[in-house]
Amino acid sequence: MRLHDIAHGRTGDKGDTSNISVIAYDRRDWDQLVQKVTVESVAAHFGPAFCGEITRYLLPQLGAMNFVLRGALTGGVTRSLALDAHGKCLASVLLEMEI
Amino acid sequence: MSVLRIGAGAGFSGDRIAPAVELAEKGDLDFLVFECLAERTIALAQQARLKDPAAGFDPMLERRMRAVLPITARNGTRIVTNMGAANPLAAARLVRKIANDLGLHHLKVAAVTGDDVLHRIGPCLLEETGASASALGDKLVSANAYIGIGAIVAALDARADVVICGRASDPALFLAPLVHHFGWAMDDWTRLGRGTLVGHLLECSAQVTGGYFADPGIKPGIKDVPDLTHVGFPLAEVSADGNAVITKVAGSGGCVTQATCTEQLLYEIHDPSAYFQPDVIADFSKVTFHDIAPDRVAVSGADGRSATGALKVSVGYRDGWKGEGQISYAGANCVARAELAADLVRDRLREDNIAILDARSDLIGLNSVVQREAPATPPHEVRMRFAARCATRSDAERVAQEVESLYLCGPAGGGGVTRSITEIIAIASAFLPSGDVSTDFELPEHQDAVA
Repeated sequence: MRLHDIAHGRTGDKGDTSNISVIAYDRRDWDQLVQKVTVESVAAHFGPAFCGEITRYLLPQLGAMNFVLRGALTGGVTRSLALDAHGKCLASVLLEMEI
Repeated sequence: MSVLRIGAGAGFSGDRIAPAVELAEKGDLDFLVFECLAERTIALAQQARLKDPAAGFDPMLERRMRAVLPITARNGTRIVTNMGAANPLAAARLVRKIANDLGLHHLKVAAVTGDDVLHRIGPCLLEETGASASALGDKLVSANAYIGIGAIVAALDARADVVICGRASDPALFLAPLVHHFGWAMDDWTRLGRGTLVGHLLECSAQVTGGYFADPGIKPGIKDVPDLTHVGFPLAEVSADGNAVITKVAGSGGCVTQATCTEQLLYEIHDPSAYFQPDVIADFSKVTFHDIAPDRVAVSGADGRSATGALKVSVGYRDGWKGEGQISYAGANCVARAELAADLVRDRLREDNIAILDARSDLIGLNSVVQREAPATPPHEVRMRFAARCATRSDAERVAQEVESLYLCGPAGGGGVTRSITEIIAIASAFLPSGDVSTDFELPEHQDAVA
């Protein structure tokens, strides 16, 4: 099963930091999300290109978690050479994770 | 009035205008807010102002105001916007002129000033580099503090119909009308936190009404957005306690659901319990949403605590030039030809001693967003993109030229070259004590009358 089957999310950016929300469609999947979508599994999913610090915040009343990835945007939107300099696409990439 | 109705007329400079007109017409609004400044917009606007002292505000200001002013003036809806960018006074003068053209002579237009702190930023240390802003020398373009609600509220208290500011915190554009209307104390942290949440949910316009949300065919009833073509912009019905209902006008497209609200709640948020604002540290960690009717979601549970006493300053500086070119390859062996194309560009730039500060190549369709292994099934087509940062414009142009010359001197079958050269305006952050940044408002029409 892919994360995309049970959750949705959105990416935001501030400077060189990206944040990605992961939100359960069904609260019954919440425990599974907390258990499987962790700082470690997210870091492994994005691979060695993301070497910055990752933090996870939980909002159980909304079935939502928020990942903050520091140093994820190759210098930030204003000077990055990346095509998607905001990292807007990253939430969809995270939802490809096998869980 | 027990409930204040406040709508979002834009979530970025290039936002759609028709939904703002629809909201102004049908929303029965007390306030309509246009949020149009992204992180570096103001640095670009500052450059425009350096070339022309009468410029430096949002290029869409006139179109937006001509579209909505006749409606908002008729309905008694007041406007707050940051479309003043680097020149709120010039923007206010233009809106004053537009109002006169439209026969709206009574309209009071205020400009909020004080966010421009370029003259005093020199000694401040930049977060990213640890060096002082003055070390940037003549590359320094702009320094604008994210100001809070003080001068906006003062302008509204002085009965301004349109308040135009430059760099203010985005939620402050919404919080200010709430404080003005309900008379919340500036140390009523809970209400300031709740008002900040209202602003945060609305500030990206359609991002809470079904925009930036659709994922078709995945979860029918949740991720299929109805009539996205005509997506409506949001409004909040805010109670005196700061809790609110997020909704949109009847007949507009899109949807307001717990799912759209939750995605927007966390958009550009780090620690949900500490959302730093000029006037409050908002706490969104206990927020709840309840569907109370179709496209009506009740929001409650935000809180707040005392602000830090420091204002974030966005410092813009020139950081060289970006040269970029793209070319497509399709059919059999297209990935190998695209990879060869990238290697050729890199080698030719090196042999010609073009000074490259930083470069990257992507195969769009394969690895432009994240690096990953090649797929088992080759793609039908890829697009090679080569981008480099250079100190000079002429070097950046060489980068784009080397991509274009792949037409005749590159691998077989490349097509559809595009190229671009852009000056890089980078943004760094600094902090100033809020007490050191004094803000105020002006009513330019009064000055003009005196002149």
